[in-house]
Amino acid sequence: MEVKNLKTYFFLDEGTVRAVDGADFVIHRGETLGVVGESGCGKSVTARSIMNIVPRPGKTVEGEILYHRHVKGGEHIVDLTRLAPQSDEMRNIRGAEIAMVFQEPMTSLSPVHTVGNQITEVIQLHQGLDRATARQRAIDMLDLVGMPLPDRTIDQYAHELSGGMRQRAMIAMALSCHPSLLIADEPTTALDVTTEAQILKLMQLLQNDLGMAIMYITHNLGVIAQMTENVVVMYMGKVVERADVDTLFYHPQHPYTRALLQSIPRLGQKTRERRRLASIRGMVPDPYALPQGCAFHPRCSAMVAGKCDVEEPALLEVAPGHLVRCPICAGVG
Amino acid sequence: MAEVIKTTTTSTSADKRPILLEVKDLKKHFPIQKGFLLSKTVGYVKAVDGVNFYIRERETLGLVGESGCGKTTTGRLILRAYEPTAGEVWFNDRNMGRVNVPELDGKQLKLLRQNMQMIFQDPYSSLNPRMTLLQIVGEPLLVNGVAKGAELQDRVAELLRVVGLRPEYMTRYPHAFSGGQRQRIGVARALALHPQLVVCDEPVSALDVSIQAQTLNLLQDLQEQFGLTYLFVSHDLSVVEHISDRVAVMYVGKLVESATTDALFRHPLHPYTEALLSAVPKPDPRSRTESIVLPGDVADPANPPSGCYFHPRCQYATEQCQVESPTLQELEPEHFVSCHRAAELELVGVLGQEVHFNSGAKAR
Repeated sequence: MEVKNLKTYFFLDEGTVRAVDGADFVIHRGETLGVVGESGCGKSVTARSIMNIVPRPGKTVEGEILYHRHVKGGEHIVDLTRLAPQSDEMRNIRGAEIAMVFQEPMTSLSPVHTVGNQITEVIQLHQGLDRATARQRAIDMLDLVGMPLPDRTIDQYAHELSGGMRQRAMIAMALSCHPSLLIADEPTTALDVTTEAQILKLMQLLQNDLGMAIMYITHNLGVIAQMTENVVVMYMGKVVERADVDTLFYHPQHPYTRALLQSIPRLGQKTRERRRLASIRGMVPDPYALPQGCAFHPRCSAMVAGKCDVEEPALLEVAPGHLVRCPICAGVG
Repeated sequence: MAEVIKTTTTSTSADKRPILLEVKDLKKHFPIQKGFLLSKTVGYVKAVDGVNFYIRERETLGLVGESGCGKTTTGRLILRAYEPTAGEVWFNDRNMGRVNVPELDGKQLKLLRQNMQMIFQDPYSSLNPRMTLLQIVGEPLLVNGVAKGAELQDRVAELLRVVGLRPEYMTRYPHAFSGGQRQRIGVARALALHPQLVVCDEPVSALDVSIQAQTLNLLQDLQEQFGLTYLFVSHDLSVVEHISDRVAVMYVGKLVESATTDALFRHPLHPYTEALLSAVPKPDPRSRTESIVLPGDVADPANPPSGCYFHPRCQYATEQCQVESPTLQELEPEHFVSCHRAAELELVGVLGQEVHFNSGAKAR
């Protein structure tokens, strides 16, 4: 999957919100990609653009999402942005080949259908199996994701399950057709730490077993560090830095990435001397009135007047596979 | 229903600072009612079931636990926003002296609450959208007859300045502010009466990482400036470690461990604390540690397991744990733990895992 210069804008009465404004990244088969950023930086909209489910009045205005599809007798490249959201081809891909796990398992599962009905529906639609076989598959999937008593929980409603079990049901549904890409949009944000650990472990095991690519969207840098191979940092709809996870945590180049890493309290590193956290001054700008030039310049400590507030920086490669959208850091680094 | 009464132990260590708040065997049982007209109580949710801790003046006690463990309820019981079912909350009030909060009458309670305030989790729902900042921040001053008119405006302006907002914003409504700014408004409101104790109920969990750091710094600065004491309720262990002097861990309505921050994070004595610490994803790709995955879910507080509430999920559980409920005991100075096997187990803290990592082997 290649995402090239993706731009998804929301056309509202108050103006145009450029939710995603030039996102570039690649996800290889079987790879784990992390997407980090603060709320409103366009991480979720990127995911929805890939799934082609951007809610109105949002629209993908530019860019390509090239999906390398495995079909009988070879590979076949589809540009997902060119497919109509309701076309047969998109519907075949969505859910079956690219699946998504949402943040809030309570609101993304239907409250009036049993968990089993929702999973069997996916299986029947995409694999054309009959009811009984699909039900058996659903039970197998629930068993795979570690749901206790799968043949009983399959007939339960979402509200009867705990948060962790609901998220397991979501994952079972997403995996029921063996997707080649799983998009996990904040899969553990709504869960407790011990449940989070269970789900993350489960995702790791399933990835090993099924060999799919996973795109983790989260604001939790801990999850990124523990789970991913490559990381994309987003700020105001743009990719500001892209690198492998080790480089990103140990040699971050972009001032935003650096500030973000410094602003998190780290377990086991409490020192009386370092009582204060480094914080990023100011706040995320208003999406209707983005600052001119680099969107981060009003909060940036390395800002150069006359350059950062005028020119829009380009994504530069500072080392193989390490891209930074900041000419100053790229020049220095 | 066999109820093992817990013994309250006061610390043997001699910290210079006097104790501001002492909670003894605090309980809150919410009734479960069935039926419509002739409703009857069929059981109780033991949200808080015998909690003991104390907070010294000018210190921060972090209260951690998973959702539904009763940490928020504990915070509210201290302020008597809920009526406790049983137990004592001794507060060393600036004006009234040492008082037991559950026994106070209405008038005394009003006086007490000048010295005890709360900061809420959700900055969007805890501010009235129809009130201006002047009204929101000024309300506690007005209600308690501290200031009015021009003096009120001056006080509010001062408070806004203290929390890093511009006094000119006084006439605006909350919708004009971002999440981080709203949380500052909540802080200003809590500080209006110069309280002794502030109960912070997850004050940063609704905020973005960069804003979270700003808010934590603000809370620390204010603590120094005004000599505040915080009860910091949170589920985020990294945040709690950062801000707290001592930490108390709750599980299904009970306190399982409390100690100084360093002791708790480096040498936990309760298996639940150990699992909790290992479950936090660490923001370091070079120490990918295997976390202890606890089987099953958090126990139902309406129908808790026998013996130690944690035993069905505990990897060290013995037969004794299934039958006998452990009591909170002081194993080391200022280190309280409620576990039968606390003395014999060697548990891994946050640094333990790093040592394993440095030696090239993955922990566990």
